[in-house]
Amino acid sequence: MGSFIEVKDLYFKYDDPEDENKNEFALNGINLTIEKGSFVAVVGHNGSGKSTLAKHFNSLYLPTSGDVSVNGMNTKDDSHLFDIRRSIGLVLQNPDNQIVAGIVEDDVAFGCENLGIPPKEIRKRVDDALKAVDMYEYRLHSPDKLSGGQKQRVAIAGIIAMEPECIVLDEPTAMLDPQGRDEVISAVMKLNRERGITVIIITHYMEEAVLADRVVVIDKGRVFLDGTPKEVFSQVEMLKQHRLDVPQGTELVYKLRGCGFELPKCVLDENECADAIEKLLKGVS
Amino acid sequence: MSVITAENVTFTYGKGTSFERTALSGVSFSVEEGEFLGVIGHTGSGKSTLVQMFNGLLRPTSGRILLNGKDIWEQPKKIREVRFKVGMVFQYPEHQLFEETVYKDISFGPKNKGMSEEETDKKVREAAGFVGLSEELLKKSPFELSGGEKRRAAIAGVIAMDPDVLILDEPTAGLDPLGRDALLSEIVTYHKVRKNTVLLVSHSMEDIARISDRILVMNNGRKAMLDTSENIFSQGAELEKMGLRVPQITKVMMLLKQRGISVNTGVLTVEQAFQEILSCLGCCGETKKW
Amino acid sequence: MVRDITLGQYMPGKSIVHRMDARSKILMLLAMIGFIFAADNYMALLLITLSSLLVVLLTRISFMMYLKSMKVILFLVLFTGILNIFYGSGQVYWEWQFIKITEGGVNNAVFVTIRIAAMVLVSSVLTFTTSPNDLTDGIEKLLSPLKLFHVKVHEIAMMMTIALRFIPVLLEEADKIMNAQKARGADMESGGALKRVRAMVPVLIPLFVSAFRRANDLAMAMECRCYNGGKGRTRMKIMKFGGVDLAALIYLIVVFAGVILCNIVFPATVR
Repeated sequence: MGSFIEVKDLYFKYDDPEDENKNEFALNGINLTIEKGSFVAVVGHNGSGKSTLAKHFNSLYLPTSGDVSVNGMNTKDDSHLFDIRRSIGLVLQNPDNQIVAGIVEDDVAFGCENLGIPPKEIRKRVDDALKAVDMYEYRLHSPDKLSGGQKQRVAIAGIIAMEPECIVLDEPTAMLDPQGRDEVISAVMKLNRERGITVIIITHYMEEAVLADRVVVIDKGRVFLDGTPKEVFSQVEMLKQHRLDVPQGTELVYKLRGCGFELPKCVLDENECADAIEKLLKGVS
Repeated sequence: MSVITAENVTFTYGKGTSFERTALSGVSFSVEEGEFLGVIGHTGSGKSTLVQMFNGLLRPTSGRILLNGKDIWEQPKKIREVRFKVGMVFQYPEHQLFEETVYKDISFGPKNKGMSEEETDKKVREAAGFVGLSEELLKKSPFELSGGEKRRAAIAGVIAMDPDVLILDEPTAGLDPLGRDALLSEIVTYHKVRKNTVLLVSHSMEDIARISDRILVMNNGRKAMLDTSENIFSQGAELEKMGLRVPQITKVMMLLKQRGISVNTGVLTVEQAFQEILSCLGCCGETKKW
Repeated sequence: MVRDITLGQYMPGKSIVHRMDARSKILMLLAMIGFIFAADNYMALLLITLSSLLVVLLTRISFMMYLKSMKVILFLVLFTGILNIFYGSGQVYWEWQFIKITEGGVNNAVFVTIRIAAMVLVSSVLTFTTSPNDLTDGIEKLLSPLKLFHVKVHEIAMMMTIALRFIPVLLEEADKIMNAQKARGADMESGGALKRVRAMVPVLIPLFVSAFRRANDLAMAMECRCYNGGKGRTRMKIMKFGGVDLAALIYLIVVFAGVILCNIVFPATVR
């Protein structure tokens, strides 16, 4: 697995004369390497800079200073613009606003059509992409009639059809209900596991972050924690200091450990948590 | 005394067209004065339709809605008066802001209600105080505010009408955990100070569990449960069958119980679970009842 | 309610009309409208109406849907109909001061009403059986000769696609904002015209803000998907004239001949 996206000393300032905080950097020296095929969650508060970072990956934003490169291509280099956007697809937060066409399959085809792919090949890719996100049976529907989770999966299919090496999802579930969130996350996980597509998901839901291979925590435009979910979520104190959430099970075990009980250093989901506590309770009695 | 009573309320969208869909069927219950009622249900369960009945934005196809014992549709021409008594904050309420300044926007409701300049001013400042908007922000254009501030300004616009009942439909949707917690605690403070009735609609159990006196669970347009938070949460398996997600901590306790450990599954917070486990361990720590 | 509007709504299906090339459907609609205006007597109009009804049958879409789309512009139909009653000459049926209803007027009114209804019917056939994308693609293709005159045909078609996609979204949004303002005591139902217009301000401003926000998002999403104008673009669905289109053309010629024949044989009702 080689490095795929490389972020070096990235600083970024919004160029907005109306903004009162114009002297503040939204990104304050970020260094990050994303490996090919990995599943990375970037978490942080609103305003931490996580979405700004996401928009640097496919050169929607360009660094004020520092560099971002994809497969060795610098995002500042205009001649690589389409190569970069073809290999890194970006899914945005509001599912309604990123669907262009009035029929699901026509929308999924949009990206491929822009790339000038032959019609037969587009057809194949569109069907394949819709199947990958379990939306094939809705291919002739109008997007208006779909639920939020379904619309977001159509948006993902539109990116997948372009056959990118990586998809970046900028808070794809923030506007969805719990069911929609599950649909989107399991679709994304499947793409990562079965097709080896690199996934970078920007989120503030910790339940989603624990599913990743790697969690990068950002605050005030800086990376302050970076590691496997277990490594990151074992730093309960540190996360709380930055006023970030910790999964409830993780926090419970952390609290019990604080009382001196023998428990694993970090548990992530409810099963692990229940296992640990069961062991503890049965060990005592 | 009950403030709002739903009597066998049924509602059908697009009656007589090919789009006909029954959103509510035979819902009956009452909301007590001063109560904090949580309303949960998955998307399409009818929860949003139900609360829109209470301020007369939708009219029941059959059945009655009583406000302080009086049918709100007795005089359809006076339905606007009901809207001042039952304040409604919609999903993503920041999308309704339109005035030049935040102050003017918040005073839109009070002015429609016919309050005097003086009273309006008092209510606007009071409402802004509840949601933590500073004097400085009131002078700004609502479009210059941050997402969280916009949401607060919009909620203040409804609070300023001084309603007897405040209904909030998914007030925390799209906010990050920090913003969510801050907003919820502001709503709780408002409820404590004003002592009026609050209905909070959400699909997030975590939000509702901690702050509601009682919880109404909607499923397929029907009332599925109405009980105290503890009693509702001790029925985790039932809730999951309705497509609702229980908080992770409740889930942990449910799993422990399945494995034959006698714990109370009606826990809502990490602190409660912590105390519960400690008491199971019969341990030194505080075993006080929560 | 907004959601009841059926005018201009696509209804997926597999009928032969659905399978026709969008371009031929557009051209045939234009031809039919031409015939409707060319017809100057009831027999010709009856012929057109019957031949349109045959096509309506072929679409396999419930006739109720067509009636509903008619309902939306019922006001327009009645208005023009009634207006026409008062114009015309011939035998006077009723008179009051300068207003009079004449034989010619009544004929005009009935004729115009049938004409508009027939036009709505044939237009509905096009919009019901053609997906918005096919429709705009068809228009883009048909207009492409204009590229020679530096008309931005692709951009126009893209704008139409986006408009068709976002009109329902914005209508729903307008509905929501209206409810939110009503909940704040906004009074939109009473008062004179001026007051009502003023009452719409709290709805229109947020609607514009939302439209701009959506446009911004959409532009970004299109950029992310490598949109770069019409240059070097391919399409998934290739338009092809087929046997159905040929059959339709023959049908159209027969109808045209019929209309001409009626116009020659029967006296003109309107001038």
